[in-house]
Amino acid sequence: MFFWSLVLIAVGIFSSFIYGRSRIKLNSKKQGTKSKSLPNYYAQYVLMWCLFPALIVYFSWAIFQEQIIQNIVISNFEYIEGAVYNEGLLLAEIRNVANNPSFADGKSIEIINAASHYSSLRQISQISFYTSIIIIMLLGALYASQKLKPEFHAQHTIEKYIQYILIFCSSVAIFTTIGIVFSLIFESLRFFAEVSIFEFLFSTEWYPFIPIREGQTAAEGSFGAVPIFAGTFLVMVVAMCVAAPLGLLTAIYLAEYASPRVRKTVKPLLEILAGIPTIVYGFFAFVSVAPFVKAFGQSIGIDASPTSALAAGMVMGVMIIPFISSLSDDVINSVPQSLREASLGIGANKAETIKKVILPAALPGIVGAFLLAISRAIGETMIVVVAAGTAPNLTGNPFENVTTVTVQIVVALIGDQEFDNPRTLSAFALGLVLFVITLFLNIIALQIVKRYRERYE
Amino acid sequence: MNNSVAKEKIISLRKKRSLEDMRFKYYGFTAMCLSLAVLVFLLYTIFSKGYTAFQKTIVLLEVDYNQEVLKLTPDSSVEEIEKGKFFRVKKQAIENFFPDLSKSDIKLVKKLFSINVDNEIKDYFLDNPEVINTKQQIWVTAHSDVDQLLKGNSRRDVPEDRRKLNDIQLSYVDQLVEEKRVKQVFNNFFFTKADSRHPEIAGVAGSFMGSLFTLFTVFILSFPVAIGASVYLEEFAPKNRITELIEVNISNLAAVPSIVFGLLGLGVLLNVFGLPRSTPLVGGSVLALMTLPTIIIACRASLKAVPPSIKEGALAVGATKTQAVFHHVVPLALPGTLTGTIIGLAQALGETAPLIMIGMIAFIPNIPTGLTEPSAALPVQIYLWVESAERGFQEKSAAAIMVILIFLFMMNAIAVFLRNRFERKW
Repeated sequence: MFFWSLVLIAVGIFSSFIYGRSRIKLNSKKQGTKSKSLPNYYAQYVLMWCLFPALIVYFSWAIFQEQIIQNIVISNFEYIEGAVYNEGLLLAEIRNVANNPSFADGKSIEIINAASHYSSLRQISQISFYTSIIIIMLLGALYASQKLKPEFHAQHTIEKYIQYILIFCSSVAIFTTIGIVFSLIFESLRFFAEVSIFEFLFSTEWYPFIPIREGQTAAEGSFGAVPIFAGTFLVMVVAMCVAAPLGLLTAIYLAEYASPRVRKTVKPLLEILAGIPTIVYGFFAFVSVAPFVKAFGQSIGIDASPTSALAAGMVMGVMIIPFISSLSDDVINSVPQSLREASLGIGANKAETIKKVILPAALPGIVGAFLLAISRAIGETMIVVVAAGTAPNLTGNPFENVTTVTVQIVVALIGDQEFDNPRTLSAFALGLVLFVITLFLNIIALQIVKRYRERYE
Repeated sequence: MNNSVAKEKIISLRKKRSLEDMRFKYYGFTAMCLSLAVLVFLLYTIFSKGYTAFQKTIVLLEVDYNQEVLKLTPDSSVEEIEKGKFFRVKKQAIENFFPDLSKSDIKLVKKLFSINVDNEIKDYFLDNPEVINTKQQIWVTAHSDVDQLLKGNSRRDVPEDRRKLNDIQLSYVDQLVEEKRVKQVFNNFFFTKADSRHPEIAGVAGSFMGSLFTLFTVFILSFPVAIGASVYLEEFAPKNRITELIEVNISNLAAVPSIVFGLLGLGVLLNVFGLPRSTPLVGGSVLALMTLPTIIIACRASLKAVPPSIKEGALAVGATKTQAVFHHVVPLALPGTLTGTIIGLAQALGETAPLIMIGMIAFIPNIPTGLTEPSAALPVQIYLWVESAERGFQEKSAAAIMVILIFLFMMNAIAVFLRNRFERKW
């Protein structure tokens, strides 16, 4: 279906363009006047009217077809009295039988009926899909060709359409944000309908138990996210303890001491560190750092677990070094040269100039960089999934295993995703918290950096 | 006298100060070296853990292609051969593998071979149908446990109950080594097969194709939209609050954690629109939304770099604004926008968390052939292998990391090449 519809649309594009071009030439020859725009614009006009309505139909068909068919099949399904059905499983079974007739052996008659219903609906849908696309293309081209008169200003219209397309492209970012906010809030509301928001934010028991069998309510599960927030905070602190000094000192060295040649070689190398996928850091933490941390803990008499906040935090710190160093480097470089010269002029040496003049002057920018790095660390997923552990643990000891917001989101959504239990929905509530906190940090950081820039411009 | 004391004081203070200066410089230098040392150590770890995965262990097996046992005739068709009883041939071959094996030992020796041996015996037969009713010496794949032992990745000096191979199996392996009936060759499976439960026949081909399809989707979706958005914001947008809102939005979207985009994909693309789970189509859409801000920012920078005189020249000879922008500014900015897009794609290639959210973590044992087929992706494959308890997968994950790093390196090299080759200095 995918391939042939692309061919259909390509044919539509090509023929409508040719048609528009020849038609306007013919019309202007008939009237004996020159057309107001170049023939190509009339051709584009026909093309747009042929293509865009068809594309809209195409995408809405692709998106809604399966759902509508499934709804019809399910609503016409001959349920047997007394039997318990799981809608998802039932649908999967019907689809399997429809796609692969050899699965039909041993299936009950109502499933086979539903499967044949399903495939016949699919066939109808396909046929009507092609006919409606063709009809809409023809109608569009017909409408456009009505307007193909030499006195029609095709270029103006085309440029107006192009503006609309461009505006649509720029608003994709806005739609994305709206989509994020709505999906997070919508699913979170469903979660908070079952779990109170106070329990979620202030209780210290995270035990997301879900009843496996129908009617099993022995343990409801509790959703107190405090240990998760604490774990996130702990990992973030460890990461910043590694990244802040290393990143800042590297930035100072590169900006103030290093020769241009060293700068030129070291900066791309640090960028490599920034470009390495996070799962690679996760592997590194799991294979090298975590065993090292465990051995180190044992050597000083602390019982370290194989996955620990320290291992994950240290590797995460390495990951955000380039982030901090490049942002701080920019900030330090934008401190006006006059401040430096004044300080050196009254006899201060380089280290004193940096510590007493440049760093205080650059402080707001550096704080902004650190806040951005913190927001990075909080939102980082793969390192902690691999190296920090999955069991919630309210502790301040970095040698113990902790869990973070991102890990719990992953844990809740791996495997079966039934959207009717609080365990799955908790991922969205945690995601909402994550989104709000990182957004907040970013807005503050960007504000600080912006104000800082303005001060020295 | 007072003077000399003061002088001494000043000198000692100056010494102290210059020492402090040196020390501070040294701190900075050490920090930089430490960061770079970690990079080197990281790459070293990956290489040293991963290079062994490019080799596999094979064992010489004498196979008797007896037509009675196979239930085939010399003129059987390919379909019949596909259904031939090759597992019986394999069983026979293993039983005759060492002279005088006891029944319990046969079971143990069987575990030294890969599950894939049936297929290898069959493939050899398909290639050479004339070997029917003859005995052939064939190299077949060894089990991952043997492979790991011979590569030195699993140790023999641990107690027997904590080893994958027991003492009897070890002695058989040693015997094989002595008789030169095992050797290590290039591991073609790693590059031609998809994921598997058995480490010795697991490969990256499936996840690599999945990643390619995903990146293709990202490119198709994000490149035109990013160009459209940046052209609008840079050239057409009126300076008003809506434009400002869009700009703030883009810069904030760039800093949203990737996992949140995964939740968006799950909540909207899968649940509301009902797109097929675990497919490159959905994965690519999510990653496209995620990388869009990065690409838009890069595109805007390259549009800004085109001098206004070009546009003004076009306007002066009577082009409309749209013509000036699309005929002159955009083509000149194209290399820069492509570079930005490639960098965005590199970011998308390494992203794991959003793909896990939309179900690309499912176990997919075959190589995907389209955008709407369930498939894995390279980073998710690495995650699955890292998490796997099986020893043999660890070297596989490191090797897959090498593949993804080389892929990333090539993309960046292309970006740098494009920038150097086509970028114009005005």
